[in-house]
Amino acid sequence: MAESVSRGSSAVAGRQRSLEASGHRYGEKLIKAFLAVCAGVSVIVTTGIVVSLVIPTISFFRDVSAVEFFTGTLWAPSFANASFGVLPIVVGTLLVLVISLVVAIPVGLASAVYLSEYAKPGVRRVVKPVLEVLAGIPTVAIGLFAFWFIRPLAETLLPFLPWQGPFSVGVAALGVGLLIVPIITSISDDAMRAVPSALRQGGYALGATKFEVATRVVFPAAISGIVAAIVLGGSRAVGETMVVLIAAGAGNPHLTFDPTKGVQTMTAFIAGRATGDIATGTIGYDTIFAVGSLLFVSTLVLNMISTRFVRRFREVYE
Amino acid sequence: MKLRFTRAIALIGVLALASAACGGGGDTTTTADGGSGQLTGTVRLDGSSTVGPLSEVAAELYMAQQPGVRVTVAISGTGGGFQKFCIGETDGNDSSRPITDEEIAICTSNDIGFDFVQVANDALSIVVNAELPVDCMTVAQVSQIWDDGSTVQTWGDIDGLDLSDDVASEAITVYGPGSDSGTFDFFTEAINGESGRIRNDYIDIGEDDLAAVRAVESDPYAMGYIPFSYYQEAGEAVKALAIDDGDGCVEATPENVQDLTYTPLGRGLFVYFSDFALSRPEVLDFAEFYVTNAAEIAELAEFVAMTPEQLADQAAKVAALAGG
Amino acid sequence: MATSGARAATAAALRSSSQRDRVIHITFVSMMIMALTAALLGLASLIIFMIAEGGGRLEWGLLTEAPSTIDPGRAGFRTAILGTLYVIGGVIVLIIPLGVGAAVYLEEYANPARWWNRLIELNIQNLAGVPSIVFGILGLAFIVRGPIGIGFVAAAGSLTLALLVLPTVILAAREAIRAVPSSISDGSLALGATQWQTIRRQVLPAAFPGILTGIILAIARAIGEAAPLLLVGAVTFVTFNPKFLSDGYSTLPVMIYQYSNRPQDEFRVLAAAGVVVMLILVLLMNSFAVWLRDRFEQTW
Repeated sequence: MAESVSRGSSAVAGRQRSLEASGHRYGEKLIKAFLAVCAGVSVIVTTGIVVSLVIPTISFFRDVSAVEFFTGTLWAPSFANASFGVLPIVVGTLLVLVISLVVAIPVGLASAVYLSEYAKPGVRRVVKPVLEVLAGIPTVAIGLFAFWFIRPLAETLLPFLPWQGPFSVGVAALGVGLLIVPIITSISDDAMRAVPSALRQGGYALGATKFEVATRVVFPAAISGIVAAIVLGGSRAVGETMVVLIAAGAGNPHLTFDPTKGVQTMTAFIAGRATGDIATGTIGYDTIFAVGSLLFVSTLVLNMISTRFVRRFREVYE
Repeated sequence: MKLRFTRAIALIGVLALASAACGGGGDTTTTADGGSGQLTGTVRLDGSSTVGPLSEVAAELYMAQQPGVRVTVAISGTGGGFQKFCIGETDGNDSSRPITDEEIAICTSNDIGFDFVQVANDALSIVVNAELPVDCMTVAQVSQIWDDGSTVQTWGDIDGLDLSDDVASEAITVYGPGSDSGTFDFFTEAINGESGRIRNDYIDIGEDDLAAVRAVESDPYAMGYIPFSYYQEAGEAVKALAIDDGDGCVEATPENVQDLTYTPLGRGLFVYFSDFALSRPEVLDFAEFYVTNAAEIAELAEFVAMTPEQLADQAAKVAALAGG
Repeated sequence: MATSGARAATAAALRSSSQRDRVIHITFVSMMIMALTAALLGLASLIIFMIAEGGGRLEWGLLTEAPSTIDPGRAGFRTAILGTLYVIGGVIVLIIPLGVGAAVYLEEYANPARWWNRLIELNIQNLAGVPSIVFGILGLAFIVRGPIGIGFVAAAGSLTLALLVLPTVILAAREAIRAVPSSISDGSLALGATQWQTIRRQVLPAAFPGILTGIILAIARAIGEAAPLLLVGAVTFVTFNPKFLSDGYSTLPVMIYQYSNRPQDEFRVLAAAGVVVMLILVLLMNSFAVWLRDRFEQTW
């Protein structure tokens, strides 16, 4: 930047020189192309996913009616008396999503508000890295923790609930909730810190209390980042595999909304099936891709809805 | 500020590359034939999660003798393993069930000829809580509990069991592995007559056979079925039912499996080898080693070993493979 | 009259907070602290539990010994740790240029009116939510086999995981770049710098802490991931040191998962000990990242 300033001043002092760049900026074009390719990788990845999922899915739907798949309530694709109603595992995924968000949103947002608005810099310096440690805990560990510790604890604390067997989708969801708290907290915190202090100070100047500034000025200003954080956390909860594989088990083919029981989620189904003993090329194996496609399409739809929402409310400063 | 920033990025990059590059040292590879019967090469096994631990023991023992050969044992499931086996990605497939016709078709279409050796036996054990006053069941009774469309909800619903009223009124909770498991395939075929035929309200424990043990331990009226190695490790709180297949109650012991009286839940465990893999000396050597030492391997891995006759049969088979 | 009104307003503004305000403040602060404590308590109990389960098994042998099925008492995680290092090394090398590059393109160069840019954005948003196991299917189809076809090696694990965490990096980097006030880049452009010069010398350094957060989150996620690796070959018993582009490999979380499914009790203890090793690894990594970030944090 120093050179450009001196170039400008020498232009004034010396002979007439155009302020236009001398020569074409090929470097700029190259850089832009390279960066565009980086961004384009995402399209390549999506195409790859679609290709690897679509063909077996088509073959699947040749054998199984779409109506049975989407509305059936009995999921037993490899029994001799097979049944392909996908709703039980969809409900399993939804149970995990709802319960984990119920846990993670209050904890995550409250922590974020505290860290960004209330905490002294010393506290923030300690707590934020600790939350990042939580983000780094391997999902296997959380799954084992939920299975070996939380589940027995839950039964001891709440013996009146109809526990059955060592699995529980509610307990697994608690683990998943713990897992996504750092996502919600750190992205919301970043969003809130990005709100210029000028707004806060304006609020204080008008006599607002800290609480009012935090909840009525900063929070709404950062809402797009906060919603993005929640959507990201929710997507993560839907896509989580190891925690539910270990702690939620595989339920049984019937549809149930009971969180104390083991229920299979779509992701656990795919993981179990892809590493299991099923012979490939059969309908049983193709269910992996059918469920995978369902997962992919539903996250696509969810993300489109939330992107529209986020863009509507994004605040731009200056 | 700019310099520190660049330095930081450089530091991260160097660390990344360093972590990717280090670890190469410490390999003990003999790059050429040691001359004294030392082989080099790779043997890639994949397949069943039941047979996997057995092959791991075999691999460890073998590599102690032949450090130049790298044996890897992956676990993708019998079916997932066959998929790779039949396109030539692996040299051997650990299998808890025989190869299916569909899988044979894939192998044939890829020109993969194969053969198999038996490496151990397994005794599927039906486990209940040790306190339950039932010790033996007939195959018919087990099938009544587990069959598709079963109406058995309490212990009293089972025909032919002589139980006190308070036991008979207790609900029976059944646990079993997922339909992805070879154990599931085998059990349903042996007990209900068709692979995959089973009641659709049992509690699925997925891949975690240990969970069935835990469930049965804590619930006095629960029942599950698990591979023998899991039963062996289970504590005193769990017992295996003796099975009556028409010739009286037979307990689930290694001896009964070996002398074929523990029917129908005794099964063989196999490793399939492809022809082109066996043409490599290290694979053949490994297969020979596996069969020759099968008894010791099974014992170390806590599986049911083969009988002397079975061992002799398999040894002859491998010898034939070596010759051919 | 104006002066007295102004005086009254100022007096009102400077008046000490009312009783009601104080109660709200205290309730709110305690709720927030409780929430934060709940999260921290969850973390603490996990760590304590794992140490209780596996702590007795902790020894240097865990890091230096190869896995063993015959003698779990002697087994260690050396090969799995090396596998993890390889895989993560590859991931870092891939996500920094690709992730930051994509974020810079989308924030600074892309015209959002063009349909292809909107498509790219939509893709990234969507990929952030795709379950990790689907990336495993992708990796198996295209990286292990298919066009890239490098087989079941550590590099395949790297590529698969890199694609998995790339959206996280891109999203975080974009937020960071967006947070840099446009007055900074406007000023730079006004002084005659080119777009790339502005980005390289003003925007990126300013956005660095946020970008670093994204990279750290991504790496943390990648280290702990097991699901996609289950499909690209990490479920392998390996007793020799793996190499990046050949042989089999395994990673620490996959190995832990494997061990947790074995019947023998020693394997469960070994699994817990492995978790403790992972926790230490994560702690070390995060401390380094915090130190890095502390030097560059800034507010506007």
